[in-house]
Amino acid sequence: MSMIKLGVPSKGRLMEKTFEWFGARGITLKRSGSEREYAGAVEGAEGVSLVLLSAGEIPRELASGRIHLGVTGSDLVQEKLADWESQVASLAPMGFGHADLIIAVPDCWADVDCLEDLDAAAHQFRAAHGFRLRIATKYHRLVREFLTQQGVADWQLVDSQGATEGTIANLTAEAIADITSSGETLRANHLKILSDALIHQSQATLFAARAADWSGQKTRLAALEQQLGLVAPAL
Amino acid sequence: MADKAQSRAMAAQLLQAFLSAGAQEVTPDILQPAEALLDLYGEDIRARAYVTADPLRGEMMLRPDFTLPVVQEHMANGADPARYAYAGEVFRRQDHRGPARSNEYFQAGFEVFDRADPEAADAEVFALFASLLANVNLSATIGDMGLLRAAVDGLDTLPARKAALARHIWRPRRFQHLLARYSGQIAVPQARVDLLNGVQSDAPWIGLRQPEEMAARIAALQADAAAPPLPVTSVTALNALAALRCPASDAPAQLRALNVAPLDPAITRLERRLAALEGRGIDLSCLQFDASHGRSTMEYYDGFVFTFTASDPALPPVATGGRYDALTRHLGQGHEIPAVGGVIRAGLLADLEAQI
Repeated sequence: MSMIKLGVPSKGRLMEKTFEWFGARGITLKRSGSEREYAGAVEGAEGVSLVLLSAGEIPRELASGRIHLGVTGSDLVQEKLADWESQVASLAPMGFGHADLIIAVPDCWADVDCLEDLDAAAHQFRAAHGFRLRIATKYHRLVREFLTQQGVADWQLVDSQGATEGTIANLTAEAIADITSSGETLRANHLKILSDALIHQSQATLFAARAADWSGQKTRLAALEQQLGLVAPAL
Repeated sequence: MADKAQSRAMAAQLLQAFLSAGAQEVTPDILQPAEALLDLYGEDIRARAYVTADPLRGEMMLRPDFTLPVVQEHMANGADPARYAYAGEVFRRQDHRGPARSNEYFQAGFEVFDRADPEAADAEVFALFASLLANVNLSATIGDMGLLRAAVDGLDTLPARKAALARHIWRPRRFQHLLARYSGQIAVPQARVDLLNGVQSDAPWIGLRQPEEMAARIAALQADAAAPPLPVTSVTALNALAALRCPASDAPAQLRALNVAPLDPAITRLERRLAALEGRGIDLSCLQFDASHGRSTMEYYDGFVFTFTASDPALPPVATGGRYDALTRHLGQGHEIPAVGGVIRAGLLADLEAQI
C-alpha cells in the first residue's frame, strides 16, 4: 500500500527543528544510515514515509504532488509557486525559521525612510541616471507584487541569488529586498531597513500538496492531523 | 468556447472592417524587444508577458499587445494623418487560475493618428467599435483621464506636488496617500521631522546615487514643509471628481456642478466629444460615464478611454481603447501626434455571438 510522503529539509537547523517539532508530537523522524545518506525513517505514525530534500526544492515537489506533505519556509512557497494557495494548503506554522523579507537602502540616504521616500527617490534617480532604480533580490514575485500593490513606480528588479547585500557597493543595484533575521549583515554593509516595507514574515510551515494522490490516504491523514493537533483545510 | 480557427476568422473579419474604414494593415512581430516594453510599463510587464532570450538580440517578449509596436512603427516612418489596423495573437502570462484567463488570444485593433480634430477622432473610433459590436448585448463605459489631470494641474499648490500627483494618477493608492500627506491629514513621520531638523547620517556613502541627488531631494522636502497644506476643499473636490459616475448625457452638467474652474477646458472637450458621438448616432443616455475609468488598469491612456463589457462579470472586457498622446511624445524622440485607438478580443466576441 502506498504511503503518505513527508518532505523535510535534508540538513542544518531547519531539519533539526523539524525533527524536534514532530518529536514533541509523538512522531520520531530520523535519518537512516550514515550522516551523508538522504534516507529517513518515521516512527510513531502509520503509513508515513520520510523524504529528505533541499528546502528550496520542497515547493516544487509539493506543486507536482510527488510529496503529500512538506516542511519549508513560507517565503519559498509564496515566491516559487504562482497562486500558491491553489497549489498547497498551509497546515501549520511551526514557530521556527523566522525571517523577514524587507527592503533595505544605503544607510547614508538620510532622506529615505519609507516607501513614500523610496518612490520619490526612484523617480529622481531615473531622471538623473536614465534608468529605473534597481532593486537586487531573489524574491521576484513577492517584491513585484508588493511594490505594485503599494503603488511605487520607477523601479526595476535585478536578480541576485547570493551576497545581495554587496550589490549596492558594487554599483549593480541601488536597493535590495532580502530575508533578514537579526539585521547584522545589513548593518555590516551600511544598509538600513525601510520602516514600512515588511513584505513577508516567513517561518517554517507544514504544507499539504493539493496535486498529490490522496485517494486511500484520507483516514491516515485524519489520524495524522489528530496526532499533530491540526485542523486541515479541504484538499 | 470559440476554437482557434473561429477566433482567427473573427479577428480577420474585424480586420476587414477596419480596413474598409480607411486603415492600412500593420503586422508587428510576435517577438518584441523587451527593453522598450519594460521602459514603458515598468517591472510589472514581467508579471504579464512571456520573456524569452535571443542569443544576439537579447531579452525578447512575446507580444503582450499591439499598441507599442504600432506607435513605434508610426513614429519611425508613418504618414500624417494615418489609420492602422491589425489582427493577431497576444500573449499574457497568468499568475492566477480562473476560467476566463487565456494566456494566448486574438486581438483586432484600429488606431488613428490625426491632429486635425481629436474629439472627432475619439468619436470615430468609438462609433466604429460600437457598430462592430452591435450584434451582442454589451454595456459601454467611457471616461476621460484628461479631467483628473486638469484638476491636479489646477491645484493651488507647489508645482512639485502637482507633478507627484500627476505621476501617480494611474496608481490610486499612492495618489490618495500623497493627497493625505499634502493636505496634512496624516502625521509627518518622525524620520522626516528629524531630517528637516538637520539630523544627518554618519554612514559612509555607498552606491550610484550621489550626495547631490540627496541634497536636491532634501531641499525639495524643505520647500514642501514650508508650503501651506493643500486645502481640504481641494481634496474633497478631487475625490468627488474621481467618484463621479453617471449617464454620459448628464456628465458635463455634473462636472460643472463640482465648481472646479480648471476643469472648464476639459469639460468643453468632453462636450465636443459627446456631440461628435451623438452625431454618429450614439445614444448618450445609454452610455455610462465614469471619471475614474481606466485609472488602475489602463496606464498610458491619458485622455478619452472606453470599455465594452458583457453582463457576466467574470469575463474580461470585450473591447477597450483610448487616447494616448503622451505615449507618442515618449516614443517619438521629439515628435508627437495625437493618437487614439482600441482593440477587440475576437475569440470572446465570437463566443458571445454564438450565444445569441
